Amino acid sequence: MPPRFRSGNEASALATFDHLRVNLLAGVQQQHLRRYGMGLMAAGAGLLPLMAGSAHAALTKVPTDGADTLLMLFGSAMVLLMTPGLAFFYGGYTRSKNVLNTMMMSFFLMGLIGVLWVVIGYSLAFGTGFKSPFIGGLEAMWLNGVGGELGDAPLADGFAISSSSFALFQGMFAIITPALISGALVERITFKAWFWFCLIWSLLIYSPMAKMVWGGGFLGPFGTVGAIDFAGGTVVHIASGVAALVAAAIIGPRTTWPNNKRPPHNVPFILLGAGLLWFGWFGFNGASMFASKTAGYPFLTTTTAASAGMLTWCLIEWFKDGKPTAVGAATGAVAGLVGITPAAGFVYMGASLVIGALTAVACTIAVRVKAAIQFDDSLDTFMLHGVGGTVGALLTGIFAVKALVPADYFPLSAKIMEEGGNAGLFMAQLKAVLITYGFVALGTALILWVLGLFMKLRVSAEDEDRGLDFVAHGEEAYDPMTN
Amino acid sequence: MKMITALVRPTKVDAIKRALVEIDVIGMTVNDARGFGRQKGQVERYRGTEYTVEFLPKAKLMVVVPDDKVEAAITAIGDAARTGEIGDGKIFVSPVEMAIRIRTGDRDGTAL
Repeated sequence: MPPRFRSGNEASALATFDHLRVNLLAGVQQQHLRRYGMGLMAAGAGLLPLMAGSAHAALTKVPTDGADTLLMLFGSAMVLLMTPGLAFFYGGYTRSKNVLNTMMMSFFLMGLIGVLWVVIGYSLAFGTGFKSPFIGGLEAMWLNGVGGELGDAPLADGFAISSSSFALFQGMFAIITPALISGALVERITFKAWFWFCLIWSLLIYSPMAKMVWGGGFLGPFGTVGAIDFAGGTVVHIASGVAALVAAAIIGPRTTWPNNKRPPHNVPFILLGAGLLWFGWFGFNGASMFASKTAGYPFLTTTTAASAGMLTWCLIEWFKDGKPTAVGAATGAVAGLVGITPAAGFVYMGASLVIGALTAVACTIAVRVKAAIQFDDSLDTFMLHGVGGTVGALLTGIFAVKALVPADYFPLSAKIMEEGGNAGLFMAQLKAVLITYGFVALGTALILWVLGLFMKLRVSAEDEDRGLDFVAHGEEAYDPMTN
Repeated sequence: MKMITALVRPTKVDAIKRALVEIDVIGMTVNDARGFGRQKGQVERYRGTEYTVEFLPKAKLMVVVPDDKVEAAITAIGDAARTGEIGDGKIFVSPVEMAIRIRTGDRDGTAL
């Protein structure tokens, strides 16, 4: 039972009633669990780096909590909105003849990965059938048994959210992660290659990454490395960033790069997209607390880091180039959000401001280096998500607060902090970052090499010139004759 | 009749229209246009990368006037469009053989 029902006011009638209600619910729940034991298989022992209820709760069975589950459901809807938001963030940056294709590379994944996740992706990420610290299992395919008959069975011991809301929430992450990669490949990759790349990458890279970090696997607090990643610094941002870097290197630059490059065709789209991303990120980080009572901190650190990131980026531009830009404001906010993602629930406000600002500094340097060496990571996916995710993951090691990394939920990480302090945790974070870089880079290269044997990865120079909206989809975003 | 084609700063279109109406030149056509002259392009900067925009936005005006109003129209357009900086634009004048108002079939002077 969670301690919130054990604390001092049991004398009051209200507390007594609450106590009874909870016991009753727990009884019902346990019956439920016996009947639908499958529901908990996906949860396994020691799922997820998160603290429900209280930092010192023992991981005993708790009944599903309505408010916590509602947080997950609302968070899921918010994270879903990030994908169309990303489509705008990316679409505004490309040429007008490629805007639909660019947006589809994100938007379409709500269809493709949305199906893939419930069919098998979730099971590979959070199942336990293979008894492996690297990959889940097949027993939760089609979300079989997840959440029991009514979908309300709690996720695992110590977690008061329903299993079904967790599966949904994680599905939204699975959708946006490959979508992030598209930024490096726009305006030249064939849609067919993109389709197969996302499908295979999601199963062979994303699901194992989620297992390793969040599913009680190798890299996480129940595994061997003991790194902590609150909402996806490694799983989402470093993974997508490194994949973007490798894929951009393999597929090569646009024919217009760097001598005939065009400025963004619609900067307001970029700002709209950044705004939707910021909004959705409250769900992304905030709901990753899995407990509504304590979600205030990750909500706060999320928005403070974004503010610090925007401010820092604009000030750098102001001093260096003479003018703060709108694109810079949007980019700085996103950089701050990327940086705080692995840290959101592990740090206090002051640290979140520092993380947001430092991530923005690192990313401004990264995009300038990219421009100097003329590497065509077209929309700066690696420069924002790879670099930002790396900085965030490492700073999480430095700034993580012991009280926010309780031993019950993060046994190995708490032990590392106990023995080696933040320096020890930093080393664990560094290890996890390097392993992620290696695994994702090799895996992405291999997938593209195999795909390249079966299909063309990039469009012809003529098609690139014509524009991918028409070539890939037979559509045009803007046609002056139909107004 | 003459056709006056003026390539001007897009921000000057309203002032030009008012100046022409003032001298009783009614009716004009405006297009968005892009071009470069002595002003060349402009440099924009996004995420630290510089982009040279080779063709700058201009407005292209077309007005057809009777011969006796050509000079007045040129003066009106020039005065309204001038800032004195590079990039104010150009005016071209060319002959027009015939003008027809579609609704009535009126020709030439009465069609304008």
